[in-house]
Amino acid sequence: MIGLAAAGLLLFVLPLAGLIARAPWGQVGPELVASETASALGLSVLCSLTATAVALVLGIPLALVLSRTTGTARGVMRALTTLPMVLPPVVGGVALWLAFGRRGLIGAPLYQLLGIQIPFTTAAVVIAETFVAMPFLVIAVEGGLRAMDHRYEEAARALGASGWRVFARVTLPLLRPAIFSGAVLCWARALGEFGATITFAGNLPGRTQTVPLAVYVALETRPDGAIVLSLILLAVSLAILIGMRDRWLGSL
Amino acid sequence: MIRALILIALVALPACGSSANECSPQVSCYVKPKVTVFAAASLQPAFDKIAERLHFSATFNYAGTQTLTSQLTQGAQADVFASADTAHMTTLQHAGLIQDAPQVFAHNRLEIAVANGNPKAIHSLADLARGGLVVVLADPSVPAGQYTQQALAKAGVTVKPASLELQVTAVLNKVAVGEADAGIVYVSNVVTSGKVDGVAIPDSQNVIAAYPIATLKDAQNKGAATDFIGFVLSPDGQSILKAAGFESA
Repeated sequence: MIGLAAAGLLLFVLPLAGLIARAPWGQVGPELVASETASALGLSVLCSLTATAVALVLGIPLALVLSRTTGTARGVMRALTTLPMVLPPVVGGVALWLAFGRRGLIGAPLYQLLGIQIPFTTAAVVIAETFVAMPFLVIAVEGGLRAMDHRYEEAARALGASGWRVFARVTLPLLRPAIFSGAVLCWARALGEFGATITFAGNLPGRTQTVPLAVYVALETRPDGAIVLSLILLAVSLAILIGMRDRWLGSL
Repeated sequence: MIRALILIALVALPACGSSANECSPQVSCYVKPKVTVFAAASLQPAFDKIAERLHFSATFNYAGTQTLTSQLTQGAQADVFASADTAHMTTLQHAGLIQDAPQVFAHNRLEIAVANGNPKAIHSLADLARGGLVVVLADPSVPAGQYTQQALAKAGVTVKPASLELQVTAVLNKVAVGEADAGIVYVSNVVTSGKVDGVAIPDSQNVIAAYPIATLKDAQNKGAATDFIGFVLSPDGQSILKAAGFESA
């Protein structure tokens, strides 16, 4: 068992070790202050956090509804929710086009009536990231809801609390660990998003080129730069993860 | 547990390692020669047609030339490399990965791709600088993107692209599905797409792309590789390329 665990861990550690071993450390400084790196990094952090916020606002209610639905409806809804997890991200990007593109189901009227075009914008990056990442949050929160002791909610309701008050004062606090872990998973998935983003939002430095895209572009022209960029993204993710842990997780 | 893993490894490894060309007296086998070709994305329509005419099977890896180059330098296994520019071929030559001197087998030139019927009335590179147009270009790391920059510089036009795509076919696609109003692609892309119209770029502003092809040094099937290149350069191969919008070598 330990051998297998070690093999599993090695699979994570070896590529990381490769990155660190091959890193041109002398270039970290110049790469960090390069304007393209800064804009890609800023965009990545902004878009992934926005996507997580959107996922929280839409995903928690979705998880609540899912946990209270039964039968076929639930099966169908669950399948729909988890679809983006199994869909190759590039396919997701194409699907987003067909929905929100200039000739898409919603995108066409948006463009013709209001002149709004979603693809190639930063909003498109957020939509793509939310699309692929929100399922992680919904699944985690739904799991939390199913494992939760609902007697607390019933007690609050019996004591005369309104539905909204029960949700805000009882359900949400009880769900905190599930929401937190779901949000972290969601954010991490959003931060690393590549396929749906490059398909749906395109690749333009400063507007839609997040770090994963910048790494991909750099990989082919200046591999050293790509390694440094990857390390920077890694460090930022670690810093945010650790920071969030201290702030919101406390004893967990 | 560890023993189980070793057992799995022992069972699995020979299966992975045995090449299709290994024949023994017990196992009679006639294996058709195969060739693995790494080809620039813009070559796909022509090379897919060429594959139908070969007497052996060919497997293609189509991607941006720059992607293929980095895959090959990282040790990807292939027999033939067909590049959309000489620069990347030279990179591989310097890396010692190319067998013989590459041969230029086709030329291509740039064209503006627009929606069918050209609804936005785009007639020149200068029109691409107009406000309110969604223009998509190939990233300068892609050969087509390099050529695009050269053409725009020749025309003295500055374009604000909506996106810099990582292969020229992605530029074509974004025009074809209607997300972009215009893109700069190869003539061959427009010819084979059918979903876009082409707006010619005058010779004075255009760039002629040269496509070199070569056998890789550690090709597994050198014979098939030579045959493949031979067919590409043959009159039959050249006429297929011509039908796909390329200009002859």
